[in-house]
Amino acid sequence: MTDLTDLTIADAREGLAAKSFSAVELAEAHLAAIRCANRALNAYVLETPERALDMAKQSDARLAKGEAGTLEGIPLGIKDLFCTKDVRTTACSHILDRFTPPYESTVTANLWDAGAVMLGKLNNDEFAMGSSNETSFYGEVVNPWRRAGSDAPLVPGGSSGGSSAAVAARLCLGATATDTGGSIRQPAAFTGTVGVKPTYGRCSRWGIVAFASSLDQAGPIARTVRDAAILLGVMASHDPKDATSADLPVPDFEAAVGQGVKGLTIGIPKEYRVEGMAPEIEALWQQGIAWLTEAGATVKDISLPHTKYALPSYYIVAPAEASSNLARYDGVRYGLREPGKDVLSMYENTRESGFGAEVKRRVLIGTYVLSAGYYDAYYLKAQKVRTLIKRDFDQAFENVDAILTPTTPAPAFAAGEKSGDPLEMYLNDIFTVTVNMAGLPGISVPAGLSSEGTPLGLQVIGRPFDEETLFRVGHALEEAAGPMAKPQDWWSKS
Amino acid sequence: MSVDRATVFRIARLARIAITDAEAERLESELSGILDWVAQLDELDTANVEPMTRVEAMTMKMRKDEVTDGFCAADIVKNAPQEDDHYFVVPKIVE
Repeated sequence: MTDLTDLTIADAREGLAAKSFSAVELAEAHLAAIRCANRALNAYVLETPERALDMAKQSDARLAKGEAGTLEGIPLGIKDLFCTKDVRTTACSHILDRFTPPYESTVTANLWDAGAVMLGKLNNDEFAMGSSNETSFYGEVVNPWRRAGSDAPLVPGGSSGGSSAAVAARLCLGATATDTGGSIRQPAAFTGTVGVKPTYGRCSRWGIVAFASSLDQAGPIARTVRDAAILLGVMASHDPKDATSADLPVPDFEAAVGQGVKGLTIGIPKEYRVEGMAPEIEALWQQGIAWLTEAGATVKDISLPHTKYALPSYYIVAPAEASSNLARYDGVRYGLREPGKDVLSMYENTRESGFGAEVKRRVLIGTYVLSAGYYDAYYLKAQKVRTLIKRDFDQAFENVDAILTPTTPAPAFAAGEKSGDPLEMYLNDIFTVTVNMAGLPGISVPAGLSSEGTPLGLQVIGRPFDEETLFRVGHALEEAAGPMAKPQDWWSKS
Repeated sequence: MSVDRATVFRIARLARIAITDAEAERLESELSGILDWVAQLDELDTANVEPMTRVEAMTMKMRKDEVTDGFCAADIVKNAPQEDDHYFVVPKIVE
């Protein structure tokens, strides 16, 4: 029997249905892998083995009775931004490190209803603010990939760095993640995995720790495009508890996989050819264009003139909404409390001690841009720029069905390499943030290896609520790229 | 520098985050750097542009005004740093 941790979700589903192995065996194989790996990778901030085995036993019972759900017995990791009932949920912040939600997020509830098994909670940048998983209160996550001939630790991307590392290192079959400016797609690109940020409103935000409410979306990280489609089909739903959740039927995303790209027109935006982009990224992009052309798509040059304004407007909108959302952490109702001489100093001491440097930086920027007299100059201006960015895409989608870009301007960087300069870190999201600003769906698919031997990703951007085209194009890229190399296991220690 | 030291302390007070002098010095240059960088948005004329509020036009739903949740005071105070008989306890506010 092949290693159970190396299966795709689609294969595991078949194996469980054929009784080749049980859900308990599948869960045990993953729990053993996590035990051997987590000290080195730090992907999980909380392991829930008892819960996993209990859920797996119930899955086996349902499988035996022929009542299996879509994800029956599939072991998953959950980003620690999703509230899980009676299981500690921290957003990887000190301010929440004793928080145990008495409720379940809608996305995870959908997964459990479909029979999925929870292995544990995955590391992320504190409150999802970061691009390298270095801002987590529980320490950085190490990318299972290393540069050829080097054992220097690389970052797994962020903010969903625990999710991307766990999926790449075979510590779960798939993971939940969230994306506010690139937090699913950039870590997927850095770890050779598939990451999908669906259209804003496709997945309910209820029960997900809020960062920037007009940008946040949940999505999956998996090892194949088909697996990502299977997961998204379960995660997505209309939820009356989230007023921004879209009241639309959830299509059969998996059915779109394999439909091919014949007849599709793919746009190539010239503004994504940025200064200083590595030649190998440009080469990868050209390779992607060639693959899609060979598969029968038509390729067309397009212009998205406001691209360069997406990142600066994001760094107004996201901090502004974060400063408002994070106002709730005041040491009164839940989370950390640090005493003070009066109630005001209690608030100030709690937030001083509970928030890390990047979170404070963003809360302060957000407070500044929303402070008296500045609202029009910053937040309103940025929301108007979003209209221009969205208009660029609307016009492009009159002539193309999807847009192809690199996911990141460079491959995974070394730990500590960019943490000194916030602006340099922010530039990592240059190709992904436009998608959040316009609310569109995007997918990152592994497309090759860099000259350093580390993964590179291509991004496909689609029309609102047309994730199906993303899965078609993503799958065509995946097929053309051939089987993705696996990272060499240096992390397992028994 | 678009933000001076006094402004850093004023924002930190508004945000209810205690900061030290050393932090204020660092934040002064970091916040100024970020704000100077976002100032490139001034190149765009947005006088006749509506702010974006929705990805797709969607009508906000209405629901019946009725109680759909509640009677779970114990759950609500479960994570409180300090509680007493289903009340959150805070430092004395009124003398």
